[in-house]
Amino acid sequence: MELTELIFKGILVVIIFAITLVAALYSTFAERKISAVLQDRIGPNRAGPFGLLQPLADGVKMFMKEEIIPTSSSKWLFILAPCLAMITAGMSSAVMPWGGNLIIDGETYALQVADINIGILYILGITSVGIYGIMIGGWASDNKYSLLGAIRASSQMISYELAMGLSVIAVVMMTGDLSINEIVKGQPGGHWNVFYQPLGFIIFLICAFAETNRAPFDLPECETELIGGYHTEYSSMKLGFFLFAEYINMFVSCALVAAVYFGGYNMPFINSMGWSPNTVTIVGTACFFLKIAFGIFFFMWVRWTLPRFRYDQLMRLGWQILIPLSIINVILTGLGIIVFK
Amino acid sequence: MKALTNRSKIAVDKEYTFMERLYFPAIIKGMMITISHLLKKKATLRYPEVQKEFAPVYRGKHVLKRDEKGAENCTACGLCAVACPAEAITMTAAERKKGEEGKYREEKYAEVYEINMLRCIFCGLCEEACPKEAIFLTDEIVKTSYDRQDFVYGKDRLVEDMNKRIDITKRQKKY
Repeated sequence: MELTELIFKGILVVIIFAITLVAALYSTFAERKISAVLQDRIGPNRAGPFGLLQPLADGVKMFMKEEIIPTSSSKWLFILAPCLAMITAGMSSAVMPWGGNLIIDGETYALQVADINIGILYILGITSVGIYGIMIGGWASDNKYSLLGAIRASSQMISYELAMGLSVIAVVMMTGDLSINEIVKGQPGGHWNVFYQPLGFIIFLICAFAETNRAPFDLPECETELIGGYHTEYSSMKLGFFLFAEYINMFVSCALVAAVYFGGYNMPFINSMGWSPNTVTIVGTACFFLKIAFGIFFFMWVRWTLPRFRYDQLMRLGWQILIPLSIINVILTGLGIIVFK
Repeated sequence: MKALTNRSKIAVDKEYTFMERLYFPAIIKGMMITISHLLKKKATLRYPEVQKEFAPVYRGKHVLKRDEKGAENCTACGLCAVACPAEAITMTAAERKKGEEGKYREEKYAEVYEINMLRCIFCGLCEEACPKEAIFLTDEIVKTSYDRQDFVYGKDRLVEDMNKRIDITKRQKKY
């Protein structure tokens, strides 16, 4: 790899990491504002103009809190768990194609940190590893509520990962490639996968809700039954890491939904405007972030509308409905490919 | 049993229809309800900047009134203390001396007059019992404090300041 490309990749890594963190930070703010607006309230408006500094105030609050490690806990595992949750959450954005190619001084640079040819598998794998953070945290706390939350989280994530993978397989069959960049390139203009895979999209979306542990599938951390679930015993910034990892996961899932089903950085008519390639790339990236922002809004909109599932309903939905549906979707996609191509 | 209104619904343990079991129509309906609240008027008041006006009959902190010349109306008859259901009022009576006619309206006055604001239930019975139009409840709020003793209001905090007279016309009896 050339030196300039190395430097470019290094800058890109820093920028993407910063963007992910800031997006997650302001997701917490957006969550509070959106929940307020949907309930006819105003929401945080004291810290800074329009309350825009609220996430910083929350962060300071988290850092100032007393750090408690229960004496009966396994200390190292207890500390390791939030780190693991955070690391896996930060890793998953590496294969995301944030835009097309930038041309600087005749050299082409891709707005993607690593264009590996198994990008989808990489993301599914990393989210599976993310369960370990929750599981270890729940186990190490030595608390029945934490353990129950951890068990729920792991069984929920394992069962929904199946349906998620199967719904992605249909997209992979259409594209013929596991690389996310190729999948995005396979839906130019307005030919988004969501129009060809409506059933797969709905299954994927439901599984994304379950994978990120958000309402209506937030059973691992339901306050009303499990007083916080796996992070019951956590305090201070360790708790902050768990919550923060959840928002990063939400950001990455929204990016994944936007890339796989909504054409990523593609927009209708973007190539027929006669812009220079660099402008097209930048506008495409902006469109991608717009799609992600709408996705995050949708996640929150759902959270503040739907009540939580019961645990047996959750398992029934995952195993008896979503997995058969996604297998049917795979079969239908195969038939469609044979008939139309 | 006969229903009193026609609003009650009889709960039936029926099987869900196919549309109900799909969930999606109900979910979309619910999401439309929440999104419709996006632009509705907010119920929140930005409190310290915007304050809601009290009702004209609001009963807050008490005031011991003075007459037009600045003499205290209270004659320490003790009817307010008798009327008080929370036993929040105590007082000590004293006789007016020569030369104090400008300070007290009648021959007898309250040397000490204390209301315990933690006991007070702001019912307004003292005001009703008062024959001299001396005590009224205002629209002021009793301030918070860290000390219980701070809530025993003496004459220093109850008697009206002549420079800042309090309008009690809304609470005067209408015969």
